[in-house]
Amino acid sequence: MSSIAIAPAAITQATPQVVALSGAWTARAIGSLEARVDRLNAPAVTVVDAARIEALDTVGAWLLQSLLQRLRSAGSAAQLQHLRPEYARLLDAVGQPLTPRTNVPAPKGLPGTLEGVGRGAAAIAEQTLALLSFIGETAAALAAGLAHPARLRWRPILFNIRSAGFDALPIVGLLSFLLGIVVAYQSASQLRHYGANIFVADLVGLSMLREFAPLLTAIIVAGRSGSAYAAQIGTMCVTEEIDAMRTLGIAPLDLLVLPKIIALMIALPLLTVFADALGVLGGMIMAQMQLGVSFPVFLDRFVKAVDISAYLTGIGKAPVFAAIIVIVGCFQGFRTHGGADSVGRQTTRSVVQATFLVIVADALFSVVFSTLDL
Amino acid sequence: MEASTNPPQPAPGRAAVIEISGLSTRFGDHVVHSGLDLEIRGGEIFALIGGSGSGKSTLLREMILLQQPDAGSIRVLGVDLHELSDQDALALRQRWGVMFQHGGLFGSLTVSENVGLPLREHTSLDAKLIDEIAAWKLSVSGLQPEVGAQFPSELSGGMMKRASLARALALDPELLFLDEPTAGLDPESAGEVDQLVRKLRDLFGLTIVMITHDLDLLWQLADRVAVLADGKVQGTGSMSELAQMDNPAVRKFFDGPRGRAAHDQSLVEPEAGARGTETFGSPPSKPK
Repeated sequence: MSSIAIAPAAITQATPQVVALSGAWTARAIGSLEARVDRLNAPAVTVVDAARIEALDTVGAWLLQSLLQRLRSAGSAAQLQHLRPEYARLLDAVGQPLTPRTNVPAPKGLPGTLEGVGRGAAAIAEQTLALLSFIGETAAALAAGLAHPARLRWRPILFNIRSAGFDALPIVGLLSFLLGIVVAYQSASQLRHYGANIFVADLVGLSMLREFAPLLTAIIVAGRSGSAYAAQIGTMCVTEEIDAMRTLGIAPLDLLVLPKIIALMIALPLLTVFADALGVLGGMIMAQMQLGVSFPVFLDRFVKAVDISAYLTGIGKAPVFAAIIVIVGCFQGFRTHGGADSVGRQTTRSVVQATFLVIVADALFSVVFSTLDL
Repeated sequence: MEASTNPPQPAPGRAAVIEISGLSTRFGDHVVHSGLDLEIRGGEIFALIGGSGSGKSTLLREMILLQQPDAGSIRVLGVDLHELSDQDALALRQRWGVMFQHGGLFGSLTVSENVGLPLREHTSLDAKLIDEIAAWKLSVSGLQPEVGAQFPSELSGGMMKRASLARALALDPELLFLDEPTAGLDPESAGEVDQLVRKLRDLFGLTIVMITHDLDLLWQLADRVAVLADGKVQGTGSMSELAQMDNPAVRKFFDGPRGRAAHDQSLVEPEAGARGTETFGSPPSKPK
């Protein structure tokens, strides 16, 4: 290409009066020429000789105009000479280059610490209010839906039960099984000291049924399905599908949120039961291998140690976790505006907040249950 | 850089900028192009038209190296696109600009960063100068300076197209591809795009290739038009030449009430370019 053969752009001030320009004044050949412009002895210049400019594009024309502008504002009466006629038109087109500089708003600097804290607090307050209002709207829609079950959309409910519940069985089962093994393994060495091997059934049973299985299941589902809810609704916001739904007289809450809530409130307790079973199975296998507690002995002890309330308190938490996951996922999805990276941001938020709220809720449950002596 | 060294007057009969011969493309059993030939000359405003599914967009994608044809050759700016090395492809890509139908602006960057991106990536200019150039290119495309600080999601459809055009112009391309430049614009904005495209051609000696369904744009602006149908070019020529043809694929664009209305209007309206001596870009209170 011609620009490779041509020398890069250059400015030389041979005598104080004459500034000679040469080379290719093009975007790729200019480099850091602007710094040279700053170092010129401006007031003395009377002639800017452009005879040896061999190529000019808009960037070059811009810089040339800005050079002339700067010389003139420094008090020189510089005249541009010998510019090839075909370039003169481009130079005119660039016109007065320095006008936009005053118009462009200065980019904002980073906010100070205090301002950052204030804005952060305001954003959290705003989001909390919006979340509360979303919970209210969802609850109202849910009440209306349950009052007229025929109006509920059963097909998406069944679809959601499959995608969020049935399809999650393998991963929930595997992780719960492994967790059961870990709990039994960790307790084995301690129990062996006291010859209390049989109490492994108490430990595994109570910890899995009351705490680990519901929590583990909820966290897996928050990561697996909560993110999918946020991404789905977020993308629909970006592509105006939500707006289309509203104009067609279909409430997005009815079509998108209610089926998910109902489906997950059914699916999550069932998943928790599955996790209970596999977790205890894992613990049982480990108890036999490490402590020599056989399956019949383990099960015999398990039935005595773990009463029905432990099982029910575990299962009872699952619908609450399900509501948290769906509401946070959908809420963050609906708050998407803009483009692709907004979808990504809201999805991340939905997973982080759902996990956080699930654990907080679990802690509250523990306090309440212990107060009630359950 | 050659465009800027050329005298910026379009002269019909100049060397070909794009030569396509024997082009064939198929998706599975669906034949898109079968033995398509086309030549686009330097400095002209060339339009590709054709019904939906006639392969216009595929042809455009093949010209800008987003897709490979199954057979045939495409030469753009004298370079054969077949088996191009990565380095040559990069060099070639910097010599053309593309304005996508939906803008293709990056959502995570402001409008001004979008426009400055090619300069930042491919030149060693300093950041301040790039910002100034980006602001100027935005004003060339008819956008207010404040728009530069906004994000693409905050723009209207018309502004998005202008910003996309400004980005396509960032590296002073010799060749500009426009995909549906006026689709989704109000008549006034569409008219402004007309004027803008013509001015760009006159000023920079750009060759402009566009896909469009806008009959007004075709009558007012295009020097030559190619009609695509059945995998081939059915006719090439100015709109008035095409209007004389008997080929049914070509007639579709002239028969129908809309085709006739656009034709009648083109006879009534004065040449839009006649008003073309006004300023270009941000208000130039010239230094003299």
